[in-house]
Amino acid sequence: MRNLHATLLAAVFAVPAAMATAAENVTSFMLENGLQLVVIEDHRAAAVTHMAWYRVGSADEPPGKSGIAHFLEHLMFKGTDDLEPGEFSRVVRANGGSDNAFTSYDYTGYFQRVAADRLGLMMQMEADRMRDLVLTEEEVAPELQVILEERSQRTDSSPGGLFGEQRRAAMYLNHPYGRSVIGWRHEMEGLTLQDAVDFYDEHYAPNNAIVIVAGDVYPEDALALAKEHYGLIAANPDLKPRVRPAEPPHIAERRVVYEDPRVSTPYVIRSYLAPERNAGDQKTAAALTFLAEILGGSSQTSVLGRSLQFVDPTALFTTAFYSGLSLDHGEFGVLVAPVEGRSLEEAEDDMDRVIAEFMETGVDLEQFERIKMQIRASEIYELDSVQGTARKYGAALTSGLTIEDVQAWPEVLQAVTPEDIMEAAAQVFDRRRAVTGFLLAPEAAEQEVGQ
Amino acid sequence: MIRFISVLGLALFAALPARATVDIVPVTSPGGITAWLVEDHSIPFVSLEIRFRGGASLDLPGKRGATYLMTGLLEEGTGNMDAIAYAQRLEELAASFEFEAYDDAISISAQMLTENRDDAIAHLRGAVVSPSFSEDAIERVRAQVQSIIMGDANDPEDIASATFNQLAWGNHPYGSKREGTAESLAGLTRDDLIAAHQGALALDRVYVGASGDITGEELGLLLDTLLGGLPAEGAPMPDRADYALNGGVSVVDFETPQSVVVFGHQGIFRDDPDYIPAFILNSVVGGSGFASRLMTEVREERGLTYGIGSYLLPLDHGELYLGQFSSDNERVADAIEVVRDQWVDIAENGITQDELEAAKTYLTGAYPLRFDGNGRIANIMVGMQMSDLGTDYIPTRNDKVNAVTLDEIRTIAARLLQPENLHFVVVGKPEGLETTN
Repeated sequence: MRNLHATLLAAVFAVPAAMATAAENVTSFMLENGLQLVVIEDHRAAAVTHMAWYRVGSADEPPGKSGIAHFLEHLMFKGTDDLEPGEFSRVVRANGGSDNAFTSYDYTGYFQRVAADRLGLMMQMEADRMRDLVLTEEEVAPELQVILEERSQRTDSSPGGLFGEQRRAAMYLNHPYGRSVIGWRHEMEGLTLQDAVDFYDEHYAPNNAIVIVAGDVYPEDALALAKEHYGLIAANPDLKPRVRPAEPPHIAERRVVYEDPRVSTPYVIRSYLAPERNAGDQKTAAALTFLAEILGGSSQTSVLGRSLQFVDPTALFTTAFYSGLSLDHGEFGVLVAPVEGRSLEEAEDDMDRVIAEFMETGVDLEQFERIKMQIRASEIYELDSVQGTARKYGAALTSGLTIEDVQAWPEVLQAVTPEDIMEAAAQVFDRRRAVTGFLLAPEAAEQEVGQ
Repeated sequence: MIRFISVLGLALFAALPARATVDIVPVTSPGGITAWLVEDHSIPFVSLEIRFRGGASLDLPGKRGATYLMTGLLEEGTGNMDAIAYAQRLEELAASFEFEAYDDAISISAQMLTENRDDAIAHLRGAVVSPSFSEDAIERVRAQVQSIIMGDANDPEDIASATFNQLAWGNHPYGSKREGTAESLAGLTRDDLIAAHQGALALDRVYVGASGDITGEELGLLLDTLLGGLPAEGAPMPDRADYALNGGVSVVDFETPQSVVVFGHQGIFRDDPDYIPAFILNSVVGGSGFASRLMTEVREERGLTYGIGSYLLPLDHGELYLGQFSSDNERVADAIEVVRDQWVDIAENGITQDELEAAKTYLTGAYPLRFDGNGRIANIMVGMQMSDLGTDYIPTRNDKVNAVTLDEIRTIAARLLQPENLHFVVVGKPEGLETTN
């Protein structure tokens, strides 16, 4: 919130204005200044969600300035040449709307949800702060305290949050994904107004933005409003391609042990560097999506859940996860929280044994069919949340994917075979590309013995 | 610049809130179960929200945690299906069932595809009407709940709200966590869970909202299939909870860089004639995010927190007015002072006409935006029924909000905000704060 997670549309300038590509209820336009407009229709309620997504996130920050992408996101509410600090949100509210923003590794997004007839006003204000932000020390200083409090709340108060930050730093040897979105405290403390302005000037421009309008709106009306409000903003001709420092080959397994007295349920978690979804190439990502479901999707029916949580249970909780929506790298992970009295070393052995058995026996075909059915059903259920659909498109388009990729994804998933899954598993389960983490409370008794 | 502002101004004052257009139809099943339905056939699935009044506050003395554990076991096996077989069947159907135990209700939130709705309902019936409560499932879920209890005992936010509730409500069920204590949970038997099931899931306390691809007739038959056979009457409701807390500060020592604060005093019941003025007032005090007094004063002006909010908590048997925030240990005392000052100011002076108008425009404009999905609509309808509101509440609600005057707000502010009774529970290592008596 005012915090969180991209496409290199390199040839945007050459695209003719308003060339629509429609499929289902999604329509896309490209304005002459390079701004992409995506309209998602849902006329069930007279409401609309308006989102501005920028192809910039914490992984685009200059070295030494971690947290600046998120700090700027907060400062975007602090006024422009036309709006007083805080006025943006006041106007949204005065129109019965709500607004907020989020930052992640690959994107920064701003959204308002309002009655459909207020869309033009939202665009007017969002377009205004795309280029005309005005910052003063008086506004910036307290906001720096706010993000430090946010770090205290989200990260420093949470053993799991601190542990995750350490594991991430160990995972990436060179890529800025190794820094958390909120930033390292010592660097956050040094962030300045000028840092924010520099970052803003470099990255906030129509040719680096995607506007998504979802709800009770027709594509031609949204386009007319977008041209009126966003169309006149000049593109940034100096916008650089998003090339981040790349990872070298991973040749050594890494292990992270974090002890914190606030931990009540210790667990072992292993994250493998994994392929992400790529434009026109989502097959491996789709197979890994299945793999996560098969290994740890449900406590009752997944491979880890059935093996470790039922019949003489050795685990309290197990899961597996895959995050493939990312510009540069994905991650595949497995987690086991052992029952009381069982050590994390034993839990790790359990985890490795179950995975090794799975690699021998392969995919259970009945489970595979059930997962396919659920994926198919989720497409129906997702139609109920137009905001969720808007967010899905925004995250994909700022993570290197196209609208066609988003629309092809259900088919790519349905086309996955058990062989694809085993192949992807064999590819991803390489301990040299993994970080294994233990989170636990310090053993008071052992410490005394040691001393 | 001047042009821009004037355009905004126009848009502001010309703004008439959109009307909520949800068409609620009351349905009575052949077997006599009542429900509210919003039909919408545009997506081939239905959301059902079913609530049983009572919930975890029905726990008997010494059996705290029974309702919570029972609810956690509903999906762990029925008939000849064990937990694994039950979950596999649910995956085949691609339906989703969620069971939650709250202070005053047990909720069942279900969504299912039209194509296999009858099968999904038959499956859900097994969980609701004839859960197995097998011994191995009991022990497995009990261990999970024990880990939740241990986790909460190490979580400053949970410690803060649990401490406030304990101080406020003492021995009433509201005064303790619905998961129970490690000891009470360990003592629960299978018979306790069967009794909790019989007492909580009964037809004399059930409320139903349905939204989506289903007709009234289909819904009626579905409800009889789903709920028929549950006991006609359940356990008696608990007594009114007596509020036992005075103004002051309670510090709970906890090793963390940032203190968590839960604050509040008695509030107002949902059926109070002044509930709507109180609701509007709270929106200005701390109920509405960035525009609220608390957010402006504590976060925006001073940077003392990432977020602060307040809310009315009208339970069935007790009423609270609560707020919460976190501040670094060295700054939390300052933040508390700012909150106190706001409480004194608003209790004495109320709010401004501008604040009232802004709150009204926001609340009336935002109201129709709530009805934006089958699950959300089903949820709202159950809440309305449990609050004893009629189906005509939705079209008239904004008129009720608009009718509130500044005088009414002043009156409710003087009654609702009680600076002398404001109690702050602070969990952390706060500098310059000690427990008062």
